[in-house]
Amino acid sequence: MKILVCISKTPDTTSKIAFKNGNTQFEEAGVQWIINPYDEWYAFVRAIELKEKDPATILHLVTVGTPDADPIIRKALALGGDEAIRINATSDDSYFIAAQIAEVAKSGSYDLILTGKETIDYNASSVGGIIAALLDTPFISLATKLELNGTTATVTREIEGGEEVNEVSLPVVISCQKGVAEQRIPNMRGIMAARTKPLKVVEPAAIDSLTKIVSYELPPAKAGVKLVAADNVGELVRLLHEEARVI
Amino acid sequence: MPVLIFADHADGHFKKSSYEALSYGAKLAEQLGTTSDAVVLGTAKEDLSSLGQYGVRKVYHINNASFDTVDAQLYAAAITEAVQKTGADIIIFSHNQTGRAVASVVAAKLKAGIVTGAVALPNTSNGFVVRKTVFSGKAFANVEITSPIKVVSINPNSFSVQSTGGSAEVSPLEITVGTPKVKITAVNKVSGEVPLTEADIVVSGGRGLKGPENWGMLEDLAHSLHAATACSRPVADSGWRPHHEHVGQTGIQVSPNLYIALGISGAIQHLAGVNRSKVIVVINKDPEAPFFKAADYGIVGDIFEIVPKLTEEIKKLKGE
Ligand SMILES: Cc1cc2nc3c(=O)[nH]c(=O)nc-3n(C[C@H](O)[C@H](O)[C@H](O)COP(=O)(O)OP(=O)(O)OC[C@H]3O[C@@H](n4cnc5c(N)ncnc54)[C@H](O)[C@@H]3O)c2cc1C
Repeated sequence: MKILVCISKTPDTTSKIAFKNGNTQFEEAGVQWIINPYDEWYAFVRAIELKEKDPATILHLVTVGTPDADPIIRKALALGGDEAIRINATSDDSYFIAAQIAEVAKSGSYDLILTGKETIDYNASSVGGIIAALLDTPFISLATKLELNGTTATVTREIEGGEEVNEVSLPVVISCQKGVAEQRIPNMRGIMAARTKPLKVVEPAAIDSLTKIVSYELPPAKAGVKLVAADNVGELVRLLHEEARVI
Repeated sequence: MPVLIFADHADGHFKKSSYEALSYGAKLAEQLGTTSDAVVLGTAKEDLSSLGQYGVRKVYHINNASFDTVDAQLYAAAITEAVQKTGADIIIFSHNQTGRAVASVVAAKLKAGIVTGAVALPNTSNGFVVRKTVFSGKAFANVEITSPIKVVSINPNSFSVQSTGGSAEVSPLEITVGTPKVKITAVNKVSGEVPLTEADIVVSGGRGLKGPENWGMLEDLAHSLHAATACSRPVADSGWRPHHEHVGQTGIQVSPNLYIALGISGAIQHLAGVNRSKVIVVINKDPEAPFFKAADYGIVGDIFEIVPKLTEEIKKLKGE
């Protein structure tokens, strides 16, 4: 069994979001970086659990990023996994990122490729589907449960208005969300081991970006809260009905 | 070249998110001086010509029961073929669960640039620039699609349904149906509930409710408003409420007309998922709770006293 988990570096959830150069670039000064929570807590931890059940499993991580992604990769390796691959490029285009990963995936012949449901910075939710299309394998989105049985994966996934259980033969690409696994905290032994695990750097393939970010904007600030006295609940209902017109 | 809108349905019935996508696609076509068509897969239980009221000219119907469940690979292959047969160069999806399963696969097959989570019509005055949410609702990005074929999926509740009347021509479309590689062994649908991302009103509870046994009053309030229910992350983590109700940066992002927060402090990660709501009401006993800074209306007080009164007042208003 060979598993590839795609990880991304994202700003910490408490980061102040600001932009520079005439709102064309994200202001990285003062930002703490983390592994995208969906990739780490769900996709990667589940892969680690699968390897714990079947120690013969080979577990690789892949990210598209410049050398400043290395600390995040080491943090991930402290949780588990055998080896990381960093594709030495940076992009915010889903197609570019997914096509780079698909190249790595092709040469590595992985049975299972996992991504998070989306990243908490660009929120694209697209990389998994594009990888699957480029590899011509099935794509299962929004998984909340994942079991392996030989070469069959049983996946519970979120659909409109409920959930569905899918059975699929490997290889497959799956995007993971809450339910698939629980967040883990790295221990000292893991942190030490991560230092010596291989981190392979590969140069990107020649692939075009199909989108580019032109500018950013912050949402308009709220005008300020209108407080209603606790003994005058009727007034709140009146305001919502007559002023805000939402009920 | 025409705009093609994927109109998805749940068990044969169309939903608000499909009408939003149709309205968006039709408006975009108007802006570009072209026409818009819809594509429907699987068995429909409604009159497809009625989709014309949202502005589409034609509805291509791939009427094959293989599409009554969503297999991303089969769907993507069928939609890709429909795009090629109709010559469309812009394809619109809703960024709902089905959209998340299918849109990116279609984009890759067509080598089309994709922007998901769009919140406004593209700016086409110079190129094709789509506004979308980034940083889980904390900001917007304007993203240019540079490829000849373009795929856009729109955030539910971000673009209003525009019904202009009219009827569409329904035209069957024959396509090759692939062999499914995914076997569906069980389907579990929660019926009768308003999907959280599509709800006009959301009533949400935090740790201030003290325990799952107190959700009755929140549900009564939600019921009086025909609202969907949601919760903060620790509430879902403690198992008080199901995970699919967890909103925020690491949960679901919602943008209803009205979001009512009961006993939620308003941590930055929570706000990220709800701050695109049009109107926010916060009820919290702590006047310093950060949520008040993001709110439009608020009451400082005890939810256990206020919520039942609020439900009574709403019932009175609605004449119940
Ligand atoms: C990486 C990361 C990601 C996260 N993602 C999310 C996310 O997606 N969504 C999310 O919600 N959180 C998320 N969090 C957690 C977040 O930081 C907060 O801890 C959480 O939102 C707090 O939930 P709460 O408001 O329900 O509880 P608390 O912070 O405990 O607040 C309870 C509130 O209830 C009020 N209260 C108590 N009793 C009453 C009463 N009787 N009447 C009125 N008010 C009362 C209190 O004054 C208080 O303000 C994340 C955290 C991290 C670190």
